[in-house]
Amino acid sequence: MSRTLTHLDALESEAIHIMREVAAELEKPVLLFSGGKDSIVLLRLAEKAFRPGRFPFPLMHVDTGHNFPEVIEYRDRRVAELGERLIVASVQESIDAGRVTEETGVGASRNRLQTTTLLDAIEEHGFDAAFGGARRDEERARAKERIFSFRDDFGGWDPRAQRPEPWNLYNGRVRRGESVRVFPLSNWTELDVWSYIEREGLELPNIYFAHEREVFARDGMLYATADFIERRPEEEPFVETVRYRTVGDMSCTGAVRSDAATLPEVVAEIAATRVTERGETRADDRVSEAAMEDRKVAGYF
Amino acid sequence: MATTTATTLRLATAGSVDDGKSTLIGRLLYDAKSVLADQLEQVAEASKRRNGDGEIDLSLLTDGLRAEREQGITIDVAYRYFATARRRFILADCPGHVQYTRNMLTGASTADLAIVLVDARNGVVEQTRRHAFIASLLGIRHIVLAVNKMDLVDFSEDRFDEISRDFCEFARGLTGVRDVAYIPIDAKHGDNVVHGSERMPWYGGVTMLEHLETVEVAGDHDDGRLRFPVQWVIRDPESGEREYAGQVAGGTVRAGDEVVVLPAGVRTTIADVRTLDGSLDAAEAPRSVTVTLADDVDVARGDMLCGAADAPEPVREIEADVCWMADAPLRPRGRYALKLGTQSVRVIADELIDVLDVHTLDRGAAPAELAANDIGRVRLRVSRPVVADAYEANRATGAFILIDETTNDTVAAGMVSRA
Ligand SMILES: Nc1nc2c(ncn2[C@@H]2O[C@H](COP(=O)(O)OP(=O)(O)O)[C@@H](O)[C@H]2O)c(=O)[nH]1
Repeated sequence: MSRTLTHLDALESEAIHIMREVAAELEKPVLLFSGGKDSIVLLRLAEKAFRPGRFPFPLMHVDTGHNFPEVIEYRDRRVAELGERLIVASVQESIDAGRVTEETGVGASRNRLQTTTLLDAIEEHGFDAAFGGARRDEERARAKERIFSFRDDFGGWDPRAQRPEPWNLYNGRVRRGESVRVFPLSNWTELDVWSYIEREGLELPNIYFAHEREVFARDGMLYATADFIERRPEEEPFVETVRYRTVGDMSCTGAVRSDAATLPEVVAEIAATRVTERGETRADDRVSEAAMEDRKVAGYF
Repeated sequence: MATTTATTLRLATAGSVDDGKSTLIGRLLYDAKSVLADQLEQVAEASKRRNGDGEIDLSLLTDGLRAEREQGITIDVAYRYFATARRRFILADCPGHVQYTRNMLTGASTADLAIVLVDARNGVVEQTRRHAFIASLLGIRHIVLAVNKMDLVDFSEDRFDEISRDFCEFARGLTGVRDVAYIPIDAKHGDNVVHGSERMPWYGGVTMLEHLETVEVAGDHDDGRLRFPVQWVIRDPESGEREYAGQVAGGTVRAGDEVVVLPAGVRTTIADVRTLDGSLDAAEAPRSVTVTLADDVDVARGDMLCGAADAPEPVREIEADVCWMADAPLRPRGRYALKLGTQSVRVIADELIDVLDVHTLDRGAAPAELAANDIGRVRLRVSRPVVADAYEANRATGAFILIDETTNDTVAAGMVSRA
C-alpha cells in the first residue's frame, strides 16, 4: 500500500483486490447488504471490482423486521438500479419457525436473533464466503480480526486460532460447512468511509442526515419510537432534530442530535467528533467491555 | 485531520514486554488527538481501578494485548489507525516475544517502517536485534530505534549515544535497511513522541511523529519493473470484450506497453488501462485496475503480465526464507500448496538449507526440521513453472504462503531469495 496513491485510493485498491480474490478462490460467496453506509461502500467497491460484468455473487440482507422503513426502501431501490440479485433472510421467519424466541419487555431487541437467521441462511444457500462491512477501528475485538476471518461449522470465530495472514496473501480454503467472513473495509476508519461516500457521490438513506423524529431518551441515548419498542412510563417521547451515525435494528440504534443535513456537513461533523461511533449509538456494545468479542465468538458479524 | 490527498504510512511496533510499547502507542494516539472522549473515559476509569492514582495510564488505550496475556491466550497483532494533516497511519501493534514471531511477521509484512523499542536502562538486547533483523528480512527499509524511559537514565546524552552506537554497529549488517532514526523518548511523559523535549535540549533531531510524517517511502516495495498478476477476467456482457483485472504489483502499466504474458511467454501490447471511472493514462503499483490487450491471447488468473524488456524466467524451483508458522514441523519432502500472488501450485520441500539461530542471528547448518516460529532457508520444487522475483526486488511477486492441504492452515510465510 501507500507510496504515492492517496490514502483513499490505496484503501480502495486494497478492497477491490480482496473482493476479486474471494470471487476467484471461493465457490459461493455472498455480500451482506444492510442498507447501512458501510455496506453501501461495499456495493460501490463491488461495482469497481466487477463491472462491466455482473457481480459473481448475490446480495443478502438479514431483515430483523424492525428496520427503518427508509432503509428498506433504499435497499430495494439500490438493488434494482444495480440489477443484481437480493436474498432476504428474515428474522421473523426464524421466530415463526421456532428457531429463536422473541425477546420481550423494555430493551427487547432482535439484534441477537439475527445471528441464527444469518447462520441458517448461510447453510441453506451453501455460502462459503460472506462479505461484511466491518472495520477494525470500530472496537477492540475487531482490531485483531483478520481480513479473511475463518468460521467453523457453527459459524464461530476463534480468536485463538486465527490463520496467519501475511502480506495480501489470503487463505480462503474451507471445508464443506465452514466459511470465511471477509472484511474488505478492515483498514478503513469511519472518516474514510464518509470521505469515500462524499468523493464517490454515493446516495445514502435519508436517516443519515438531520431530520425531525419522534424519539425518547434511554441510558443517555436517543431512540426512535416505534410500536414494537416498549417504553418505560418515564420515557416520554419528544421531537428532536437528529441523524444516525450507524444503521442497525431500530431497537438498538441510537440517534445523535445534529443539524448536519448534507454530506459535507456530516463529514465535517464526523471529523470533529469526540466520541466513537459504537460508543455513541450502539446499545449492543455497551452491555459489557467484551460485548463484541463474545458475540463474534458466537457467530455474529 | 486527514485530507483526501494524504498518503498512508504503514508501521509496525515491536519491543520486549515492559519496554513501554503500549505506552508509546497510547501516547502517539493521544497526543495526535486520535483518542475519542468515550475511549479516554474508559481508560481513565480503568487507570483508577488499576493504579489508584489520578494519572491516566495511556498504555491501557491499547489494552487488547494485555488482556490476552492475562487470559493466557495467543497474543496477536492489533491494528490502530490515526491521522495527521500530512499522513494517515496504519499501525500494526505486534507482539515481541520469540514464541509469537509468526504473529509479528503477519503484522510487519505490510509495514513501510518499524519502530524498535529499547529500554534505556537495558540498552540493545537480544530481542532488539531479532526484531530489527526480522524487519530487514521483511524488506522494511526504515527503522526507528526508540530509546525509551530516558527519564530513568537522567536524560543522559552519553547513555543515548552509547545505545545508538551499539545498534548502529549491528544495523550495518542488515541488508536492505535504508535508514535508521535514533530518537530518545520518554513515552510516559511524552518527550519527543509528538512534542519536543525540554529535558533533552542536547537532542537536535525531530520528534517521532515528525519523522513518521516525513519519512520518504516511495519506491520501497518494488524496483520499478512492470508486474501485473491477473486476478480475474471480466467479460463485457454486451461487447464480449475481455478485461483482465488485477492489482499492479510493480512499476507502472500504460496503454501501448509491450508486455509478455507469463509463464506462456506470449507477447502482446496493453491496449487500455481502466477503472470504473474510465480509462487511465497509466496506473502504478499498488493500484487495482483492469487492462485490455491488443491481441486475442489466452490469459487467465495466475498469469502475469510483465514488461517485455525485463520479464523474469518462469522457474521450477525456488529458494526462499520461510518463517514456519504451524505447530507440526516442516520436514524435508513435505508437500504443500503454495500461493504466490495469484498463482497457486503444489510444492515439495526438497531441501532445508539452513536455520536461523534466533539468539546469535547466525545461519546454522541444515536442520532436520523447522519448528513453529523458526526462520530458515529452503529449496522448493514446484509442480508447474511459477513466475516470481526475488523478494528484495519486489515484495509482492517475491512473497508467498504455504498451505497444508490436509488442514487448510497457512503454515509458512516465504520470501523468495532466488527464483
Ligand atoms: N519512567 C518511565 N516509565 C515508562 C516509560 N514508558 C513506559 N513506562 C512504564 O513502563 C511500564 C511498561 O509499559 P508498557 O507500555 O505497559 O510496556 P509494554 O509491555 O512494552 O507494552 C509501565 O509501568 C509504564 O508506565 C517511560 O518513558 N518512562
